[in-house]
Amino acid sequence: MNNTYNVDQNGYYGEFGGAYIPEMMHSNIEELKSKYIKICSENSFKKEFNELLKDYVGRPTPLYFASRLSEKYNTKIYLKREDLCHTGAHKINNTIGQILLAKRLGKTRIIAETGAGQHGVATATVCALMGIECIIYMGEIDIGRQAPNVARMKMLGAEVRPATSGSKTLKDATNEAIRDWINNPIDTHYIIGSVVGPHPYPDMVARFQSVIGNEVMSQLETLEGTKNPNYVIACVGGGSNAAGLFYPYLDNKKVKIICVEAAGKGIKSGKSAATSILGKEGIIHGAKTLLMQSKDGQITEPYSISAGLDYPGVGPMHANLFRSKRGEFHSIEDSEAMDWGLNLSRLEGIIPAIETSHAFAILDKKEFQKSDILVFNCSGRGDKDLDTYIDYFKL
Amino acid sequence: MNRINKVLEEKKDILSIYFTAGFPKIDNTEEIIIQLSNCDVDMVEIGLPFSDPLADGPTIQESSTIALNNGMNSIKLFEQLKDIRKKTNIPLIIMGYFNPILQFGVEEFCKNCQTVGIDGLIIPDLPVEVYEKEYKHVFDKHGLLNMFLITPQTSNERIQFIDKVSKGFIYMVSSFSITGAVNSFNENQKKYFKRINSMDLKSKLLIGFGISNNKTFLDATRNSRGAIIGSAFIKFLKNNNKENIVEFINSIRGKSSSKN
Repeated sequence: MNNTYNVDQNGYYGEFGGAYIPEMMHSNIEELKSKYIKICSENSFKKEFNELLKDYVGRPTPLYFASRLSEKYNTKIYLKREDLCHTGAHKINNTIGQILLAKRLGKTRIIAETGAGQHGVATATVCALMGIECIIYMGEIDIGRQAPNVARMKMLGAEVRPATSGSKTLKDATNEAIRDWINNPIDTHYIIGSVVGPHPYPDMVARFQSVIGNEVMSQLETLEGTKNPNYVIACVGGGSNAAGLFYPYLDNKKVKIICVEAAGKGIKSGKSAATSILGKEGIIHGAKTLLMQSKDGQITEPYSISAGLDYPGVGPMHANLFRSKRGEFHSIEDSEAMDWGLNLSRLEGIIPAIETSHAFAILDKKEFQKSDILVFNCSGRGDKDLDTYIDYFKL
Repeated sequence: MNRINKVLEEKKDILSIYFTAGFPKIDNTEEIIIQLSNCDVDMVEIGLPFSDPLADGPTIQESSTIALNNGMNSIKLFEQLKDIRKKTNIPLIIMGYFNPILQFGVEEFCKNCQTVGIDGLIIPDLPVEVYEKEYKHVFDKHGLLNMFLITPQTSNERIQFIDKVSKGFIYMVSSFSITGAVNSFNENQKKYFKRINSMDLKSKLLIGFGISNNKTFLDATRNSRGAIIGSAFIKFLKNNNKENIVEFINSIRGKSSSKN
């Protein structure tokens, strides 16, 4: 029995994870699996990674004491300001790590999937930085509704290829990226954007994102004299920003973990992305995890007003946090999340991404003690969502 | 002896045909199998459609989407196959992705396969290691073979392992690329066929992916026990009557077509 909530040596989190992949992907996954830890532990890798995070991404990001919010909810609230990262969200921590890894694996071509376009932009950005060819797969429907990010990727020199199969959204873009990788196994690295997919991706992405939680530990110690908040709180789609914040606290049960999923138009509405409640154990994109599916095991299309949360699965780390009850899961409806977009803007002068807004809505759902220290991952900024905010609030 | 093994023992230039159950119409399954077994076809692979078929190209994905929209699922497929063994003795393989089988229940799925007379399964996203550890005993109990894929990227060591676990044929993916028809094989592919053939494996090899006409079929059968055709047959079904299946098969076999 494994006494950790982190990954075990076989690539599982409890009963979730593994690599359920077609043989055509085996050599690629095997190459990554056998090399990623070694490469990432090399001093030259760490040096380059840390320098880029500092000078290019702008890390460390502040841990900001939100005084008006704290006063209103009568508890101590800190925001980890990932929204201040270059490109506007935490996504770039991972793409920097993976591009450095890809270079060391001798890869000359990068592919990635994207839903809302944030991961696509973060990938196109690091490819431009390194002068490497970049192809982004994006659902045809998402291309239509995320025009500014499509333009960003193009400006950065990436080719955006529409995924026209299936439901033409994130899961289909992921399928297309996997197919591309199968067809180009030698020169290409696939930068997955979240803690999903076959092992070692969930662990690799979580490690690159763990800079978030590690910074919180030292920043909180300076600010509060303790490394341990009472709660770490993050929104969960695939789960990368949450994994990054939770990472150093996974096995530290003094720190409670709260995951906030998107309920869309309501859990029972048929238009939701609350995977922990609506999902069942199964296989998606090469991992055993919780996913939304029909009785026959066909993967169903999730819905959330925030494109970054409408993934039909959840990372295997989070599936295990849910199943083991290590993490507390809540789901927040579109309207509640949108209201929190305004709340945070007006209370703290921070316009959050709609994904991020979901996390804050927990403040209306759960009572906290005055002495509690809460750390929210303020995972992304709201610029990309302005159109949605404008439509919704008739601004 | 399992029908698949019997064909592998007795025949050369084996032709195995894949079609997606529920495509183009929901109730085509039995008729297509019978038509194929009346032609010069040695095995039939019945595709259980999946919403996210990672290892398939656009043709098979499209047929899967249509089949799912037509209402195909595991229960329906087993219903459609319940009398198939009264009508044909051709080896039957179900090819499907792991999640629908997992949701049906692996044991229950295998039991149903045995009941209707399925001889084996191909599950592209169930890796051989997981199969051996967790599911092999279930397949064995129900007399089902599980066929594994190898690709030009599969190491010799891994091929040896797959050969050891395998009791049916090894499905040799002809190239890096996912399914889809091509016109001819290139030098790299031929080198790869040679490398595998020199390994002296106990399992027979069938080559699949990219076989679409008499030329690629002959290329494949020169290098293996036989060939598997999927996309090219799906395209045929999309554009032709099922009654003309014999013409498609004859064109692959390089026989001139006679209607009777």
